Amino acid sequence: MIAARSRFPLWLGGAILLVGCVAAWSFSVGRFPVSPGDVWRALWAAITGGESGLAGNVEAIVLGVRAPRVFAALAVGGGLAAAGAAYQNLFKNPLVSPDILGVAAGCALGAGIAILYSLPVSAIHAFAFAGGLAAVALVVAVGSWVGGRDPILTLILTGVVVGSLFSAGIALVKYLADPYNQLPAIVFWLLGSFTSVLAGDLQVALPLIALGVVALWLLRWRIDVLALSEDEARSLGVDVRRLRIVVILAATLVTAAAVSLAGTIGWVGLIIPHAARLLVGASFPRVLPFSVVLGAGFMLAVDTLCRTAFTSEIPPGVATAFIGTPAFIALLAITYRRSA
Amino acid sequence: MTLEARGLAFGYPARPVGSGIDLILEKGRVLCLLGPNGSGKTTLMKTLLGLLPAQAGEVRIDGRDVASLTARERASVLAYVPQAAETFFDYTLAEMVEMGRTSHRGLFARPAPRDMRIAREALETLGIAALAERPIHRVSGGERQLALIARALATEAALLVLDEPTANLDFGNQMRVLGEIVRLRERGIGVLLCSHDPGHALEVADEVLLIQAGKTFARGNAVDVITDDNLSRLYGIEVHYHGPHVRPRLQAPRAP
Repeated sequence: MIAARSRFPLWLGGAILLVGCVAAWSFSVGRFPVSPGDVWRALWAAITGGESGLAGNVEAIVLGVRAPRVFAALAVGGGLAAAGAAYQNLFKNPLVSPDILGVAAGCALGAGIAILYSLPVSAIHAFAFAGGLAAVALVVAVGSWVGGRDPILTLILTGVVVGSLFSAGIALVKYLADPYNQLPAIVFWLLGSFTSVLAGDLQVALPLIALGVVALWLLRWRIDVLALSEDEARSLGVDVRRLRIVVILAATLVTAAAVSLAGTIGWVGLIIPHAARLLVGASFPRVLPFSVVLGAGFMLAVDTLCRTAFTSEIPPGVATAFIGTPAFIALLAITYRRSA
Repeated sequence: MTLEARGLAFGYPARPVGSGIDLILEKGRVLCLLGPNGSGKTTLMKTLLGLLPAQAGEVRIDGRDVASLTARERASVLAYVPQAAETFFDYTLAEMVEMGRTSHRGLFARPAPRDMRIAREALETLGIAALAERPIHRVSGGERQLALIARALATEAALLVLDEPTANLDFGNQMRVLGEIVRLRERGIGVLLCSHDPGHALEVADEVLLIQAGKTFARGNAVDVITDDNLSRLYGIEVHYHGPHVRPRLQAPRAP
């Protein structure tokens, strides 16, 4: 089932094509259906700066309403999957997700504080992002202060502790919040949503996510070696400590930007790299791009279902958990049976 | 190419493990490190590899202090073969061996055709080229260990450090691995072999260093050092070891 190296470009091309189809579907469906042809005309006109010849409301729906949401879902899904794949190599542990070092809790606390002080939307995003970075910085600082002979284990334990500290902070913020306006806002933010994503938010988050993913991509051959034991990686000539910091930085950038854009969306960063490994093998240089494509497509498909399948929207963070749990169990069964 | 330790003390600042170790590993020679559990073999090996800092004394490669070399410089002269352990990540044997080329590549560089060729040759040398595209979870423990030796060969380092490469292997695979060690020596590679088995030392080692509680217990030619008396005192048990006249030196056997 594993794609041989020579066939990998074919697999990747197929996956990209599939994501293209999901995007076409996502642009078309909704309260106001638009034909794929009109979607293409509107997008093409926006790219080339020409005239689409479509009615103004059609163009507004495609470009103003659906495009930010589609691109946000693609970026968040792809980014979280990339960060998850990198962390799983870094921690040599397949059960690691992008928020292992407390990013999500940090983002949530930042957003909660911003909502508590009734700051504008852009400030909520900025606070969430800063909170995520602060949580990871604290974990890394405490982790290296404690040191120990197994720095990876120390990091994971510190991540758990700092994560629960920040969760206590969120609980405190919720308790202090005004229960009629602020508390619902915090709860909805924590559930995660692409509904309120604006083109402006995207312009900030997208480059940050891209920057982190590109950094991981450039270092892919070294990150591959990181999955071996620390002694092995070092004896093969990898500066493990420095590489670890760079990977944490890149993955944190991606995750914090994604979470501050769309709230806490779990499971994508955990199960997508698993699915990628199942299809293209363990080699990180193949797992990373495949995870990005798969994660982007999965997130967009889930979000599109969330806004069309029922009369009222379901938060995608909830939907990914509903889909993610059985999918993960299935993946475990396949992987386990194969290695047994 | 020579690895030399002089007056080496090893361990951790708060927990010294051993001291006063002198040894020389030269190209085309096999040096066997032998000692009971907890005698400090693994810590000494890591210190020689430059993975742990020396607590006193020095480790030099061709006269240069190992601590002053970068990870990449070290990797291109000194390779490490760990015990084949279970990992989650199911690399193919070819991918595993290609990682041996890491120190020859730039930070962002993909493997060049030359890297692929050298990895391929290493697999062929160890006789496992047919398994190149097989995931590592689907080969035997012995083949996995051979793949790790192939990876070390692919680094093109002149000196190899092997950590109990025959642990957890059945008799046939043990002999296969030992045979490859003999062949490595014939290729002019210097091998430092950590082992639990005095018989293996007799079969392949030119020189033996017996370690007890972090100190040199005895050092010299295998036949001179591995005696009933030494083994009895080293392991604290009564030993009547048959010696080299029943365990002939290994002549690089090949799988039929």
